[in-house]
Amino acid sequence: MADALTHAATMVGRSVRLSSRNPDAVITALALPVLLMLVFVYLFGGAIDTGGGYGRYVDYVAPGVLVLCAGFGAGTTAMSVADDMKGAVIDRFRSLDVGGTAVLAGHVAASVVRNLAATVLVFGVAFAVGFRPEAGVGGWLASAGLLLAVITAISWVAAAFGLLADSPEAAGGFTFFLAFLPYPSSAFVPVDSMPGWLHGFAEHQPLTPVIESLRGLLLGRPVGGSPWEALAWCAGLTAVSVAAAAALFRRRTS
Amino acid sequence: MPQPARPAVEAAGLTKAYGRTTVLDGVGLSVAPGTVFALLGPNGAGKTTTVRILATLLRADAGGARVAGFDVAAERSRVRRAISLTGQYAALDEQQTGAENLRMVARLSGLSRPAARRRAAELLERFALAGDAADRRVGTYSGGMRRRLDLAAGLVGDPSVIFLDEPTTGLDPRSRQAVWDEVRRLADAGVTVFLTTQYLEEADRLADRIALLDGGKLVAEGTAAELKQQVSAERLDLTLVSPEAYEEVAHALGHLTVRRDPATRTLGVTTDGRAAHIRDLLDAVDPDRTLIERFALHSATLDDVFLKVTRDG
Repeated sequence: MADALTHAATMVGRSVRLSSRNPDAVITALALPVLLMLVFVYLFGGAIDTGGGYGRYVDYVAPGVLVLCAGFGAGTTAMSVADDMKGAVIDRFRSLDVGGTAVLAGHVAASVVRNLAATVLVFGVAFAVGFRPEAGVGGWLASAGLLLAVITAISWVAAAFGLLADSPEAAGGFTFFLAFLPYPSSAFVPVDSMPGWLHGFAEHQPLTPVIESLRGLLLGRPVGGSPWEALAWCAGLTAVSVAAAAALFRRRTS
Repeated sequence: MPQPARPAVEAAGLTKAYGRTTVLDGVGLSVAPGTVFALLGPNGAGKTTTVRILATLLRADAGGARVAGFDVAAERSRVRRAISLTGQYAALDEQQTGAENLRMVARLSGLSRPAARRRAAELLERFALAGDAADRRVGTYSGGMRRRLDLAAGLVGDPSVIFLDEPTTGLDPRSRQAVWDEVRRLADAGVTVFLTTQYLEEADRLADRIALLDGGKLVAEGTAAELKQQVSAERLDLTLVSPEAYEEVAHALGHLTVRRDPATRTLGVTTDGRAAHIRDLLDAVDPDRTLIERFALHSATLDDVFLKVTRDG
């Protein structure tokens, strides 16, 4: 047990250090969120009418951009997992009796760290361009917890995809849909404005309750049961991805 | 009478297939503790597969093995604690420095943070990577430096059995020499070294015992001297004056030839390289001194060894 903890802690340190030295990872984590925020607010925002009494588009879109960044970050995670699996370094870890869970936990932890950095930046830019949340302490804490949950879930999904792919390039491709998933949701425009056949998916896909909850919590509006729905999705996705990743790791290494 | 020590590595009937391709076909071997054992074979012979099974990274389809006294299938963790594996490709993070890589491996081997720091410093010193190199990223290292760091990483946990999979493939002569020196030092310190190589010379210089692996089967095993009795260490290439002469001499030499190349009218014969033997051989084949245009002496390649061993076996 003590071994497993040391292993996991060591692998987390490794993955965070490698991330901080990978220019792709740093740009995706730090530059992309800023650009996305500015693009949505200044390029698209003027043309989008979200209705429902959102004064400024930035108030509406900030949660969507946060989740979108997590989707883009997933590519980095999947690629770094795939990169480890194709190299000889995984043999070194296995011959040191380091379990697959520790190796993957390192990647997921690094992914969470990158995404938290991105989140802070997105909030920073959002404030600078006029985002004025009205959440109390409880609302902020709930938002932070929910963001952590969704980032963790997306990171584990990405890690599982990294194990499924034969190469880092393929792993990057697999996670494309994660970066795309926020669009058919209420992240950027209200679902009502989409064609009817898309409503079912957009209203019931996992990111919609996440985004609705974040928006409600941050703006101090009633959120109903959507935070619980969001947490259930995150917990379910995390559980399935952890199990799938463990099974894939065993298959890849036997 | 003292009991003979238990083998450090023993395997019986190791078999592994990928789909329809049989990679290992009933490999059995035994390595005494504190000795250097070389598994010699060409590409695709099954050397890496053997090492990966013995190092618990791969499961055999059939057969079994014990390493450092533990079963590689049932007692993986105990085997892993007793061994280290340094593969053909550097198992290091290019974006970490040499010191960071070694400290990471030391932490994963169970050393405390300060102990890991000390062990890393000690190994960097021993492998001539201290100072500037220690704090450079591995991505900037030369091939020889990477291999040394990789070897050092394998020694962090003081293993009693070390597997080295083609430790000198692709290295320049000086780096190769450094690896050889380290293998000898390890053997002197009582560590069991199990290495694979494609080079006869390497096996000859380092190993107490050598096994020849070909097509997933062990085709010969013994000390270097024993093997050399089976396989002459040199090859004499005879170039004949005409196609007719080529046919005549090929016929006369019969199964003694290990190499035939009608295009260049060249026949290869094994020899021990002594002048007397070569003189006798030339006289016997070409008593009138009219058939052989020229001759050349080569160190026997692994191909020659295998041709000989597989033909005799």
